[in-house]
Amino acid sequence: MAIEVRHISKTFGGFNALRDVSLEVRDGELLALLGPSGSGKTTLLRIIAGLESPDPGPQSAVLFEGQDVTRQDAGQRRVGFVFQHYALFRNMTVFENIAFGLRVRPRSLRAGEPEIRRRVMELLELIHLQELAARYPSQLSGGQRQRVALARALAIQPKVLLLDEPFGALDAKVRQGLRRWLRKLHDEVHVTSLFVTHDQDEALEVADRVVVTNQGRIEQVGTPDEVFHHPASEFVMDFMGHVNLFHGRIESGKAVFGPLVLHHNGSSASEGRSARLFVRPYELDIARHHNGKPSLRARVVRIQSAGPQVRVELESETGEPVSVETSHSQFGELRIGSGDQVFVSLRDARIFTEDYSI
Amino acid sequence: MAHPAILGNQLSEPARDSRRDPAALRWSLTLAALAFLALFVALPLLVVFSQALQKGLAVYWAAIREPDALAAIRLTLLAAAIAVPLNLVFGLAAAWAIAKFQFRGKNVLITLIDLPFAVSPVIAGLIFVLMFGAQGWLGPWLGRRDLQIIFAVPGIVLATVFVTFPFVARELIPLMQAQGTEEEQAALVLGAGAWQLFRRITLPNVKWSLLYGAILCTARAMGEFGAVSVVSGHIRGQTNTMPLHVEILYNEYNFAAAFAVASLLALLALVTLAVKRILEWRIGQDRRDIAALAEAGEA
Amino acid sequence: MRTPIFKSPSILPGFWPAFAFSTLYLGLIVLVPLSAIFLKTATTTWAHFWSVVSSPSVLASYRLSFGAAFLAALVNSVFGFLVAWVLVRYPFPGKRFVDALVDLPFALPTAVAGIALTSLYAENGWIGRLLAPFGIRVAFTPLGVLVALIFIGLPFVVRSVQPVLADADREIEDAAASLGATRWQTFSRVVFPLVRPALLAGFAMAFARALGEYGSVVFISGNLPMRTEVTPLLIVTRLEQYDYTGATAIALVMLVASFVLLLGINIVQWRTRRFSETS
Repeated sequence: MAIEVRHISKTFGGFNALRDVSLEVRDGELLALLGPSGSGKTTLLRIIAGLESPDPGPQSAVLFEGQDVTRQDAGQRRVGFVFQHYALFRNMTVFENIAFGLRVRPRSLRAGEPEIRRRVMELLELIHLQELAARYPSQLSGGQRQRVALARALAIQPKVLLLDEPFGALDAKVRQGLRRWLRKLHDEVHVTSLFVTHDQDEALEVADRVVVTNQGRIEQVGTPDEVFHHPASEFVMDFMGHVNLFHGRIESGKAVFGPLVLHHNGSSASEGRSARLFVRPYELDIARHHNGKPSLRARVVRIQSAGPQVRVELESETGEPVSVETSHSQFGELRIGSGDQVFVSLRDARIFTEDYSI
Repeated sequence: MAHPAILGNQLSEPARDSRRDPAALRWSLTLAALAFLALFVALPLLVVFSQALQKGLAVYWAAIREPDALAAIRLTLLAAAIAVPLNLVFGLAAAWAIAKFQFRGKNVLITLIDLPFAVSPVIAGLIFVLMFGAQGWLGPWLGRRDLQIIFAVPGIVLATVFVTFPFVARELIPLMQAQGTEEEQAALVLGAGAWQLFRRITLPNVKWSLLYGAILCTARAMGEFGAVSVVSGHIRGQTNTMPLHVEILYNEYNFAAAFAVASLLALLALVTLAVKRILEWRIGQDRRDIAALAEAGEA
Repeated sequence: MRTPIFKSPSILPGFWPAFAFSTLYLGLIVLVPLSAIFLKTATTTWAHFWSVVSSPSVLASYRLSFGAAFLAALVNSVFGFLVAWVLVRYPFPGKRFVDALVDLPFALPTAVAGIALTSLYAENGWIGRLLAPFGIRVAFTPLGVLVALIFIGLPFVVRSVQPVLADADREIEDAAASLGATRWQTFSRVVFPLVRPALLAGFAMAFARALGEYGSVVFISGNLPMRTEVTPLLIVTRLEQYDYTGATAIALVMLVASFVLLLGINIVQWRTRRFSETS
């Protein structure tokens, strides 16, 4: 089911949680709402679910498959919502929790007990928790509770699945496992799904498309690839992964960052404006001698070799911190140590000027 | 105002502490505390039963089965049977509004609920006499219709409702606040209607505290003396509750009978304490579960 | 322009019915009847009010009620703290039973407590007869009133202090000890200050309860005029004489005192909560 939100705003007291947000979600896709806390992603999710209502506005609407559901309350929208802290019914067993949505239907629409039973068992199999059907939530681990919460939401055959930071409260390893499991589940079940997360690794790993939010606005919508490699704004680039930042300006048509002078494809209007250079740590190379490419001199401060890559922290000649990632084999060939003077050159970078981005 | 009878079960593991204080200090303090309790709490309890049975079992039974005593027992039970359910409904309604919603003046409402605790029982009776007594506001109106509230059963029920009013609400409010609204929200998204929500989610989650509040409410309803004494008129066989009947017997120097009826009330108190204990353990479980679920959410 | 909102929007149902019912119930059962006192007093002249409230027997009753309640709360503070300490920190057989017993004065009907205490402390009672040779009479004296008020106020202090003691972090005592504090210093400088607000609250609650107490006191006091009459008793006697105005006047003074106390308790508790939240 396709979802569309148009011109949605939401204020809480004096706080603008969402500012004129519009978004289209395609049928069957798994979409991540990614952003720092307070960026409005959970608010947006809850508005789609019907748990909050948007500020009234002439054009604001929430549409399911083209139908305006803005005035429908949460129970009527047939959404499956998985809460951040699961919100399992503590006085009911796992079985009863999952069966709940089916049992509270009005008599005319309610299935018989045998049918309900069958559906619940089916879902229990899906989440691999058949033996725990008679347990209570307090007797389950965090990961198990999460799966029950998911099964409970799926039981009502929702048109859309909404997950609020589903894995935030779990250990790293459990999180990894559940992420993969969610992706697999989505591939099998094909329900349009939105999930909120502040963990960019999670968003990039699991989602078909990623929506990056910041301070109540959408910064960029795109595939994980697009968002990571072609960030539309400074914020997106900075938020996704580690990045090095250098300050400079545009002079005579070139981007000047201290001793580093780079080609700049901007219009003449950006002449004289300040500029910022964003470079990923793995797009920088270290060399002992100047190799002809635009480089900065820097002093090695710290070498961190425990990890999949070697991380070298340096201080540039202009006094700015630089972080470089390189493979173990490449680092081995460099033979540098703490305190050494080296040259750092760029392979790829993004330059953002005031009000412009390239 | 913190309710003193909530969760007195704070017996933590003393092993480490006992290593801190020298044994002599420990034992002298313990004995002093126990002596104080024995003197002020245990002895009065014992004397009730001792005096009740002083003239033998036959006299004991006769005193309890005497018609006026039975009438008093019936009236006591009636007053409780009306007051407690009314206060249960109130407690649930007030707790629902206060715990699950944000609104202006919430604190005022909470303080007002505590009001009967600040009022002397005699004053509690006085106010109903002022309203419904022969010389009260509504006295003449009631007199014309031949309705009796003061010096009759309705007055007793009203006074009982007043003094037992806060018990259920005060048990439920903190618990429902601690439980939050997430489960109710989840139920709403799954399609539950308002009554389904209340019946299947909210009520079961507070059942032990509800029972606890009801027990406290019942015990107080049956044992209330001051307020009921003022509104009752002390008409033997008609407007006497058990505590009032005890007073009458005692003032007639009929000690054995007075203590016999008193012993029934004392037994009720002991049963109340026992049930309270069991429920406290259960409620402690619920609170530990809430804490554990909350911790899992923050892990 | 923002209109002031009464209630924050919520998707949960049933607010208005619940709110309306509770406020209506509260109004009818508590507020309207209580207002009768103020309205009745408004119909009397100030002179009459003053003459009732300052008559010798009434003043004597205030002295007794307030004085005995205060003393009883004080005694309960000391011994209640002791009981709470022992219950929380020291092992002994039957502790659970003793812990349950602490609630007895709260659960026992006041009339039962009244006749039991009178029986105990009368001259031929179990305790009375032990004290008689020393010339100490308890029943039918102000001392008897004090004893009764100690009985009914006991659980308030214990239950107020107990949870705070139980939750106190033992590690700070270890820290104090490691810094060289004696056991007494650790107690007086580290542990007691933590418990003090709860103790104060317990004291205030015991005081408030004792102030209005009737059932447990009227038997043991003997109701001797000018000597052992408590204020609630005077209210009752006026009522029995159909002197509604007099009864109301005396009651008003008591009510105001109780409300002031309740306010004080709430302020202390509000302050304590602030401290515990900042820690």
